[in-house]
Amino acid sequence: MGNSRGFSFSRVMLVLGLLFLYLPMFVLIVYSFNASRLVSVWAGFSTHWYGELFRDQQILSAVWMSLRIAFYSASMAVCLGTLCAFVITRFRRMRGRTLLSSMITAPLVMPEVITGLSLLLLFVQMAQLIGWPVDRGMATIWIAHTTFCSAYVAVVVSARLREVDRSIEEAAMDLGCTPLKTFFIITLPVIAPALISGWLLAFTLSLDDLVIASFVSGPGATTLPMVVFSSVRMGVSPKINALATIIILVVSVIAFIAWYWMQRAERRQRTRG
Amino acid sequence: MKHRLIPAPVMERVRAVVFHRRVVFGIPFLWLMLFFLLPFALVMKISFSSAVMAIPPYEPVVRWADDTFSIVLNFGNYLFLASDSLYVAAYWGSVKTAFLATVACLLIGYPMAYAMARAPKHWQLVFLLLVMLPSWTSFLIRVYAWMGILGNQGLLNSLLLWLGVINEPIRMLNTNFAVVLGIAYAYLPFMVLPIYTNLVKLDVRLLEAASDLGCRSLTTFWRITLPLSKAGIIAGTMLVFIPAVGEFVIPELLGGPDTLMIGKVLWEEFFSNRDWPVASALAIVMLALLLVPIVLFHRFQAREMEKHG
Repeated sequence: MGNSRGFSFSRVMLVLGLLFLYLPMFVLIVYSFNASRLVSVWAGFSTHWYGELFRDQQILSAVWMSLRIAFYSASMAVCLGTLCAFVITRFRRMRGRTLLSSMITAPLVMPEVITGLSLLLLFVQMAQLIGWPVDRGMATIWIAHTTFCSAYVAVVVSARLREVDRSIEEAAMDLGCTPLKTFFIITLPVIAPALISGWLLAFTLSLDDLVIASFVSGPGATTLPMVVFSSVRMGVSPKINALATIIILVVSVIAFIAWYWMQRAERRQRTRG
Repeated sequence: MKHRLIPAPVMERVRAVVFHRRVVFGIPFLWLMLFFLLPFALVMKISFSSAVMAIPPYEPVVRWADDTFSIVLNFGNYLFLASDSLYVAAYWGSVKTAFLATVACLLIGYPMAYAMARAPKHWQLVFLLLVMLPSWTSFLIRVYAWMGILGNQGLLNSLLLWLGVINEPIRMLNTNFAVVLGIAYAYLPFMVLPIYTNLVKLDVRLLEAASDLGCRSLTTFWRITLPLSKAGIIAGTMLVFIPAVGEFVIPELLGGPDTLMIGKVLWEEFFSNRDWPVASALAIVMLALLLVPIVLFHRFQAREMEKHG
């Protein structure tokens, strides 16, 4: 490639852009160890706020609630998103396919307030007509999160499905495999990495959502972003800094493991090729 | 005796395939019809209702009473939105803020994506993860980080005071500037990613041919690289602009009393005023405003997803 050495405008921008992305998070991490409550004063190193965080029963139960919702939403979203990806990449002449592909890509950009409001109105009407859901809570958040997370899964999985060599599937079908069996023994292992990354993406999206959950939740279900939001609204809180540090740490570790795997797989492919 | 021509086992196989296809199509289709399309129809319906003190807090639009079937459409909410300058200002403020933030994202994100696509292969993966990683942490917390930095007693003001650049703190938090900055910060990865995916597929031979024919690198960029990355720019721009118009968290946390954005107004109508019909009308108007960008994005995305590998 042309000028691959030395400084160029774009390379300087890359470094500056990454600094822009990471400095604020770095500040949060540093201040989570600050003994003082104020941001402008450094009163020495302390892990006091972590202790405070782990004693906060409200935050702990919200974490547990969020993790459960994210787990169920991501799992369901992977099923639905994969089916959508199949329809979009494989069933080219199916009736209704265009409508389905519009419905699955729209949530990618839909403003959250609209999605949240529309789902809440649906649940209210459903409660009037069929008596379900009586109380909004985990189940309604699960439905809402599954719906918007499926869109992201469909994008990730359809990218992988396009690269799958279809002749192997056709061979299996010619040899008498049912479509279902072909999917489980041929296609599934090939798209498994995309399913895992789709699941992880859906999991983080569900864990992170404040707006949609606030609309469709009831008094019984408080997720972590709701607790964080109500505390942050009042101003800077060192407990939240400690929570942020833990979240950033966990995500970084998972990203590092993902990087290590991908890099190893790539290297293996290179030596084989 | 036409069916005799197709042997029974083959017919059975064909039926099985058709059945499987119907199931594969049917499940997500029904789910999305019920939980995505139908809710929009309901928002439309409630936007023609009027607010009452009841549970749920709106008048039914369709009624069946005393042997008469009546549909009462109340256009009052829309007229109200048009007459009150607050709402017009909020729509305008949202579009302006989202536009400024999108431009900022593009100006920072494009060079980043360009440098990433030109980096050696094993570095590309590292950069990609570095750009995406913040978006996998918490959106809320990343916005919150700026509260500590921009505040009057925040990090940036303390630093500037200490350096002697300023004598008294500048008000940065709770301004429109903070909102634009916050949106640009939070959405930057969504701009970089599609542009990078596009640039990395660019045929290097075109650039080599241009430079062999004596094209200067800046001209090559303007006449070849930039036009060819149009699809990535459109996708990135839409991924930032559309959600930014309806953004609630960022104007709520970083904006001030003069920050008028439609997502925040909708939230307040819904949660504070409990006026569901007006909130619905606000959502419908917002959707109408965003229809062109959404269709543009959808056409791009559908092409990407259907393309053969």
